[in-house]
Amino acid sequence: MESSARGRRVVMTGMGVRTPGGAGTKEFWDLLTSGRTATRRISFFDASPFRSQVAAEAAFDPVAEGLTPRQIRRMDRATQFAVACTRDAVADSGLDFDALDPYRVGVSLGSAVASATSLEKEYLVMSDAGRNWLVDPAYLSPHMFDYLSPGAMPAEVAWTVGAQGPVTMVSDGCTSGIDAVGHAVRLIREGSADIMIAGATDTPISPIVVACFDAIKASTPRNDDPEHASRPFDRTRDGFVLAEGAAVFVLEEYEAARARGAHIYAELGASATRCNAHHMTGLTRHGREMAEAIRNAFDDARADATDIDYVNAHGSGTQQNDRHETAAFKLALGSHAYRVPVSSIKSMVGHSLGAIGAIEIAACALAIEYDVVPPTANLHEPDPACDLDYVPLTARELPVRTVLTVGSGFGGFQSAMVLRAVA
Amino acid sequence: MSGPAVRPAPAGHVPTVVTGVGVAAPNGLGTEEYWRNVLEGRSGITEMTRFDASGYPFKLAGQITGFVAEDHLPARLLPQTDVSTRLALATADWALADAAVEPGDGENYDMGVITSNATGGFEFTHREFHKLWDQGPSYVSVYESFAWFYAVNTGQISIRNGLRGPGAALVGEQAGGLDALGHACRTVREGTGLVISGGVDSALDPWGYLSQFAGGLVSAESDPRRAYLPFDAAAGGYVPGEGGAVLVVESAEAAERRGAPRIYGEIAGYAAAFDPPPGSDRPPALRHTAEQAIARAGLRPGDIDVVFADAAGVPRLDLAEAQAISGLFGPGAVPVTAPKALTGRLYAGGGPLDVVTALLSIRDGVIPPTAHTSDVPGSYGIDLVVGEPRALPVSTALVVARGRHGFNAAVVVRAWTN
Repeated sequence: MESSARGRRVVMTGMGVRTPGGAGTKEFWDLLTSGRTATRRISFFDASPFRSQVAAEAAFDPVAEGLTPRQIRRMDRATQFAVACTRDAVADSGLDFDALDPYRVGVSLGSAVASATSLEKEYLVMSDAGRNWLVDPAYLSPHMFDYLSPGAMPAEVAWTVGAQGPVTMVSDGCTSGIDAVGHAVRLIREGSADIMIAGATDTPISPIVVACFDAIKASTPRNDDPEHASRPFDRTRDGFVLAEGAAVFVLEEYEAARARGAHIYAELGASATRCNAHHMTGLTRHGREMAEAIRNAFDDARADATDIDYVNAHGSGTQQNDRHETAAFKLALGSHAYRVPVSSIKSMVGHSLGAIGAIEIAACALAIEYDVVPPTANLHEPDPACDLDYVPLTARELPVRTVLTVGSGFGGFQSAMVLRAVA
Repeated sequence: MSGPAVRPAPAGHVPTVVTGVGVAAPNGLGTEEYWRNVLEGRSGITEMTRFDASGYPFKLAGQITGFVAEDHLPARLLPQTDVSTRLALATADWALADAAVEPGDGENYDMGVITSNATGGFEFTHREFHKLWDQGPSYVSVYESFAWFYAVNTGQISIRNGLRGPGAALVGEQAGGLDALGHACRTVREGTGLVISGGVDSALDPWGYLSQFAGGLVSAESDPRRAYLPFDAAAGGYVPGEGGAVLVVESAEAAERRGAPRIYGEIAGYAAAFDPPPGSDRPPALRHTAEQAIARAGLRPGDIDVVFADAAGVPRLDLAEAQAISGLFGPGAVPVTAPKALTGRLYAGGGPLDVVTALLSIRDGVIPPTAHTSDVPGSYGIDLVVGEPRALPVSTALVVARGRHGFNAAVVVRAWTN
């Protein structure tokens, strides 16, 4: 097989975002830089039987997004988000996809729980609201296979732009977003594609997913104060806030982007992922595997720890995660860990599982674009075990040229990626 | 990788080889049992036995029988794993043992896990959906959050074997398993010494099983010998199955340095592409995909000794595949086969199992037949191996796979000659 080495440089030239608290990229960035939060009581269903009743829901109207009734009927909500983001990203890139060789355009879409919302909806119909173990064939939706096996999600994105290169879904749990974008970077570098539609989507705010995290007390029970429920690095943090969202990018080879005079948000390194081989949900105290992923991401981007101007943390707001991550930063960045600003946007937009890694990449690219670092909201009482500069409450203006983003997920996945300003 | 290449190759070329395999198929547990049954034409397609399917319009499945999880896995893993993950863990154990690889230690980042998964731990999650809605949220298992999702097999294999290198899970329906192998090769080229790869799927609970019939590609035929007839004039759909294969992929240099007991063959080329959007007048992407994989292996179509087909068993899809093959190689110019007629389609497990079968064909110089198919339309222009196995020296094989909605992937494997 052909050599990849480090190959070609890959840049982001288009962005589309659908997140809680705003409809597009501008609203997303306004929310982040204002330090406001989009976490509320769950409104999609009666959450009162659940331990955690808080979520960050997105206002999303598929009709206003221009999706046809047929598209709305067959696509899971997460797919609708991805297609809407793809359209934005394509328009933002200024690329004429009709003029491209379709075989040179690919898709790498991340998602952790994929079509969970549609699965649950169809399940209730087929099982008579959960009463019957033997589901009823009379109520089998023609789209049910696509919710069972979510290949339709990247397929719909591919159809949106006519992509015929490599198309895949990367489903690495909560690191899916970083890893899907990193996968796209690799495909362009090695020459398997020239343009990649890359990003991630998840819309997991449904009873089964809420129940999953209730069962292991990973999500917050702070139901009486939902707007302040996501509290990464705060001493009083008590779990993450489930969220939905998506971010999709147009990635292309640097020379081609320059030649056509494209606006370049940032250059992307490949993601580095390491497994902790420790526990499906638990994290090590030492953070060595995440530190290894970070070091690998630095090597990939030919960056030194001291080059890093901003660290976008996983910062989920569980007791365990925030300690683990802090330890990993100290291992990988040394004394620079105490100087570099670190923040978690999950404090504002919640944790959208597989999507959040891509949404955080959007935040990193915008931090580079505007030389502003988003804050960690709700951080009033620092945890003595989390003793770095987490940019509490207020966004900070500073020159941002090189950014590290990390993610941590069930299954033991630890991922990292470096983004850089392009001179 | 550092050090000299072990065979003449382009600068920077890192040959990737398969040093261990594990198989869990409806017609055989373990590589040799599966291979014997493939050559003897023993099918794993039977009437559904997991639940009472008498009220369902469909009754057949490729089911794995005789797998007793307790015999293969520690008791603590049983409550937290779906049947698909148990099979994946056992299959990975067999592949690692076959490759004589010891589990990793705490400082070892040189072994990774990259699998494909199409349905997650579906029977497990069906039970939890049922508990949630029939009994209430407090009845949902503490394991549901990670027994369900598509990364479960990668995570569990990593944990069980102490593999701390790169990890990933790819989804691409039936094509995803080849994508995982392609990504495993990429990861080895980037410098990881060894990657456990492949795919194992199962969704044969009532909900998972019935869901596979949505879309109209599954056969409603009730005779197990007539239900899945790839490339036959009487083809009427496919039969869903469970299982798959796990492969140990290494750089040839690393394998030889550690004295790997055997090298099944080289994964010499991989490519993926996607069909045009519905309504487009552009052709399907399968031929392009195969051409790319062959070219990336540094080969020409004439170098391919056998094609392991996707074999949808649906006339329009069989015709499209036959046209792609005859167009690329010439009419009847290369033997084509589909051993999956004995297992059903295994989704993420299908491609990796076909790759293992291709490697065994290379090892033993025999092409297994496409069971049950007998009447291949002449207009297909393919030399389908039917009836008896065909004894023939095989040094290079092309394996192709397609997934619903337009996924195409292709892998070229060839005999390893140092």
